[in-house]
Amino acid sequence: MRDVAVVGFTQSKVSRREFDRNETEILMPVIQELKKEMNLENTDIDFICSGSSDYLAGQSFAFVAGLDAVGAWPPVSESHVEMDGAWALYEAWVKMQMGYADISLVYGFGKPSMGDLPHTMALQLDPYAVMPLWPDAVSMAALQARLCLDGNVFDERAMADVAVRDRSHAKNNPFAQVSGDFEADALLAEPYLVSPLRKHDCSPISDGASAIILVAGDRVGEFCDRPAWIRGFEHIVEPQDLGARDLTQSRSTAIAGEKAGVGKDKVDVAEIYAPFSHQSILVERALGVGPETTLNPSGGALAGNPIMATGLSRIGEAAAQVWNGTADRAVAHATSGPCLQQNLVCVLEGN
Amino acid sequence: MAERCGVVGIGQTNYEASRVDLSMAGILREAAQRALDDAELTWKDIDAVVIGKAPDMFEGVMMPELFLADAVGGAYKPMLRVHTAGSVGGSTGIVGASLVQSGVHDRVLAVAFEKQSESNAMWALTVSMPFSVAVVAGAGGFFAPLIRGYMRRSGAPEDTGIRVALKDRLNALKNPYAHVKMEDVSFELISDSPMLWDPVRYLETCPSSDGACAMIFANEKLASKAPTRPAWVHATEMRSEPTAFSGRDQVMPQATLDNAAALYKKAGITNPRQELDCAEIYVPFSWFEPMWLEGMRITDINEGWKMTYEGATALDGDFPINMSGGVLSSNPIGASGLIRFAESALQVRGQAGDHQVDGAKKALGHAYGGGSQYFSTWIVGSEKP
Repeated sequence: MRDVAVVGFTQSKVSRREFDRNETEILMPVIQELKKEMNLENTDIDFICSGSSDYLAGQSFAFVAGLDAVGAWPPVSESHVEMDGAWALYEAWVKMQMGYADISLVYGFGKPSMGDLPHTMALQLDPYAVMPLWPDAVSMAALQARLCLDGNVFDERAMADVAVRDRSHAKNNPFAQVSGDFEADALLAEPYLVSPLRKHDCSPISDGASAIILVAGDRVGEFCDRPAWIRGFEHIVEPQDLGARDLTQSRSTAIAGEKAGVGKDKVDVAEIYAPFSHQSILVERALGVGPETTLNPSGGALAGNPIMATGLSRIGEAAAQVWNGTADRAVAHATSGPCLQQNLVCVLEGN
Repeated sequence: MAERCGVVGIGQTNYEASRVDLSMAGILREAAQRALDDAELTWKDIDAVVIGKAPDMFEGVMMPELFLADAVGGAYKPMLRVHTAGSVGGSTGIVGASLVQSGVHDRVLAVAFEKQSESNAMWALTVSMPFSVAVVAGAGGFFAPLIRGYMRRSGAPEDTGIRVALKDRLNALKNPYAHVKMEDVSFELISDSPMLWDPVRYLETCPSSDGACAMIFANEKLASKAPTRPAWVHATEMRSEPTAFSGRDQVMPQATLDNAAALYKKAGITNPRQELDCAEIYVPFSWFEPMWLEGMRITDINEGWKMTYEGATALDGDFPINMSGGVLSSNPIGASGLIRFAESALQVRGQAGDHQVDGAKKALGHAYGGGSQYFSTWIVGSEKP
């Protein structure tokens, strides 16, 4: 495999609602800042790939306006996935493996505040048999959490501990939306939002964007003293039907983690995209990351979840831990679909 | 550096206005199963799946690949969902091929679909957004002024579009999968059909179709053992530019010209008209045949209509275009680009049946989308690159 590294990452300040900026306006400074920081012009970039969803914008071809944020002139070699930007980064990595590109720009963006997100997400479900019942995203996750609790996979305190940890870590993240010091006892005294999920178990609704620069081979040194090399990269999807899979574990994460080689060596840092606290536990277990691993130093998705950018940001945050020397080996995870249906694992190393 | 990649299986559904007999999953499976049969493979032989389709609002399902994952054999495998506007079918083929060319996978299934009968594409494309004028004219209303611009610049005869439509509709009669088949089609029938978006008449316009197209890509080792001669991928290329800005040439966008130049360079082609045997080009409205013949640098600027007018683009001409009947005859939008790519591969595999171009060795597949701003193209050949 060709050596490819994450060398640059920018993100917007994640917020509950961007009142006065549309997606293009959120994205534009993120991309421009990154290009400036990396001292890159469009003409230096061989391939651009983005991730977003028309349904968040309520408009067909919503991603087309992203080209305005890129300033795609002269014309650019570019593609788009209707997925989180983490999968756009995967597509760019593939293009770099085939020698098509040496430098790639990847971005993801989402502005879910324009709609009713939990119900918008219901439109991802089987339109013939499930979607007409309008099961919202929080209720779907609650079903999964209930199965785990009833099966003694973990308890509600373990879920609250995830929120305490992530919100505490987020205090060091200037881009986070939710942060602070909390006690598990106090969180557990709060009422249920959708039983057994309390508010702290759920990621916030967030608007935001992020962008990453990938560089291959010999040119990496021009951009970064301590690049975050991609040493393993895999993604796996499960059937969507809830009855067709064991919701008390994340089998696709386990397969992806195994294929990406997560367990080959010590993992210093893991950035996990878990929209709900209990899903963080399931992903941690599927990845096999233990007590020696710092989980979600950025605060993860519970601190801010600009969907379609959240997974990409996990890769950026994990890379940042390699750049600053905190981690020699970091794992980034992204998810999509109801109850952890699709999962991506990226292993980053400093050497 | 890239691994060689061959198309070893091609499958298409029958295209119809409404496949009431099939769900979305059924449509994908019909195409994918036919591709597997063509390649003499089973679902287990596939390493990864790429799904492409145009806007999710066409079916009213957000990221439908998630609920379709197991129907296309994606369960517990890698699956990607591509969306690059109307060019998405082409982009889906390019991503599928790249997964093999990169050495990441050995065998990949790419499948693109649209089930347009689930909604009304024209309205799905013209939702009303804050602070922007809703055009409420669909794609035809958007492209008609660009066609007028081309007519003015090129001085092409007014009936050029009718001739394109007649040729494509005659070709469709030879394609068992085509949606619109008009046994009685004639120049007069087309010219007398209602004017929808001046200068585009009803019979110069693409239909709304249900359908899917699937392709299986394999690396050199596996493709060389395929039961039917593979179509080798010689080059792929994509270009995009913004929808609108001062000075943008929307009639002949820079992105198509740049894309063509880069594609031919990669494929080692210096004279496409001589070196290519035929092309499947994305022509949703008749006039885009001469426009993209120029945009793909097959002929000089403002000269494309002459190829149409002289019959060069007919099935028995010296540069056949849209042998399958093209987008004018079958248009499940998300699949339309991959169908173009598939037809080019069928030609160089000698599998195109009644619309086969004799001895085709090298063919162009082309798709475009958005406001004439996304371009996905490839060149396939009967010989290894």
